[in-house]
Amino acid sequence: MTLMEINAGDTAWVLVSAALVFLMTPGLAFFYGGMVRVKSVLNMMMMSAITIAVVTILWVVVGFSLTFTGDHGHVIGGFSAAGLKGLIAPEAVSGTIPTLAFVAFQLMFAIITPALISGAIADRATFRGWIAFVAGWTCLVYFPVAHSVWFLDDGKGGWIGDKLKAIDFAGGTAVHVNAGAAALALALVLGRRVGWRKDPMRPHSLPLVILGAGLLWFGWFGFNAGSALSAGTTAAVTFVNTQVATAAAVIGWLIVERIRHGKATTLGMASGAVAGLVAITPSCGAVTPVGAIILGVLAGAICAFAVSLKYKLGFDDSLDVVGVHLVGGLFGSLAIGFLGSAAAPSAVDGLFYGGGAGQLGRQALANLAVGVYSFVVAFGLGKLIDKTIGFRLTEDDEVTGVDQVEHAETAYDFLGASGLRGHNPLARATAIVQDAPAEEDTKEGANA
Amino acid sequence: MKLITAVVKPHKLEDVRAALETFGVTGMTVTEASGYGRQKGHTEVYRGAEYEVDLVPKVRLEVVVEDGDGADVVDVIVKAAQTGKIGDGKVWVTPVESIVRVRTGEVDGDAL
Repeated sequence: MTLMEINAGDTAWVLVSAALVFLMTPGLAFFYGGMVRVKSVLNMMMMSAITIAVVTILWVVVGFSLTFTGDHGHVIGGFSAAGLKGLIAPEAVSGTIPTLAFVAFQLMFAIITPALISGAIADRATFRGWIAFVAGWTCLVYFPVAHSVWFLDDGKGGWIGDKLKAIDFAGGTAVHVNAGAAALALALVLGRRVGWRKDPMRPHSLPLVILGAGLLWFGWFGFNAGSALSAGTTAAVTFVNTQVATAAAVIGWLIVERIRHGKATTLGMASGAVAGLVAITPSCGAVTPVGAIILGVLAGAICAFAVSLKYKLGFDDSLDVVGVHLVGGLFGSLAIGFLGSAAAPSAVDGLFYGGGAGQLGRQALANLAVGVYSFVVAFGLGKLIDKTIGFRLTEDDEVTGVDQVEHAETAYDFLGASGLRGHNPLARATAIVQDAPAEEDTKEGANA
Repeated sequence: MKLITAVVKPHKLEDVRAALETFGVTGMTVTEASGYGRQKGHTEVYRGAEYEVDLVPKVRLEVVVEDGDGADVVDVIVKAAQTGKIGDGKVWVTPVESIVRVRTGEVDGDAL
């Protein structure tokens, strides 16, 4: 195999895409943070932030190596690049980009996938339990699943992508179905929030939700078009399909809302956008722009119906990770079997374009396997954490609020904001400033 | 003296204030309030989950006037605040035993 030369355009695009995908996790923090109650917004954002910290370290130490080097049984890689050994050398090249650019890009996927799960357990998880889950699930589920789906090595790579030939361009299976199934498992392990279906649990800030959805949409261009790993036609096609399907999904979701409830809501608009982004992720390289419109409208409509599943089935998936990511990811992935077009970069005809049912079967098998595996491991790991270090807050702590109990903070100072700031007789807290210089020191400093 | 308390729709506050000023009322206290009467509240929908919000926003305004002006002031407020639709609010009158202006110590009629 001849070593390919590094292409500056490709490298620039992948590095920029990595930064775009990174932005999705803070975007998710806003998206989820706005949907919870005032007493939980900081914890919701911290659950995203801590995945950035934990997964980054895991990825460098073993994650990249286990996902993208070597192969054991077509399900997991090896340790040959543990610590990113050898990858900072100039000759470490993957395709037309430095291998480290690929390392950085894929790291961002590994970060956001567990962060997606956190929406299912809003308001009620211990922070230590969540950290333990993120570390365990990423190692036990994300690395092997990403290897199975994305490590291609001429038939000697992962079983889903390389042998089964299921298509998952940017992560419908490896990211969304994977996270959605784990979210369902954790919602069952932790149980329902205190007062679920009795107390109002309205989103505390829809503008934050819109901000988050906007950042997600923006970052998603890196997620999908960056997955081309080169700055060319494939990136352009996936970029356009991403935009088209997402716009269509907004319309799909809002039509369902208008018919069912008489109003098109802001939360529905944001949710429809995310549903469209999720659904087009696996298929953005496999459909035409017209296919993307059909796929998007249907994804928006289906997810709008799917979010009420939790009320019918009685599980508290707080922010609808199952309804949007599991259902949306599954739909988008299966849609390749119908709407796939040989004219698109993935070059596979689906049923509607004269292809057989083979691709549909491959997509179904891939998602079934990933979904079941992720659900089972997440359920077991969640139970183990709950029985050992504790995963569910006590009822008292949950009612008090997870921000205060777990982080000793609250998001908003309503008393201070009342116009009596600095002279509020109701705010009787004592300010204790640690490590502050003594008053005389300050004076001396001012005179110096 | 009479304390006249009115709970009205927020967008009618300016009309009521202007009408009272024309009538000669020189001061009032306004508070943001929320509540419900016969109209009840409204429904909000978040991802298909419907929430009944019982309390609707109102403003509550209070003025103290001489006994003889009470009925007229009520009339002025009602006329200014009326839209004819449900949720226009209520006005009620309560007796006031005494009143003191904090700055000068003047009492009752002089303090208004």
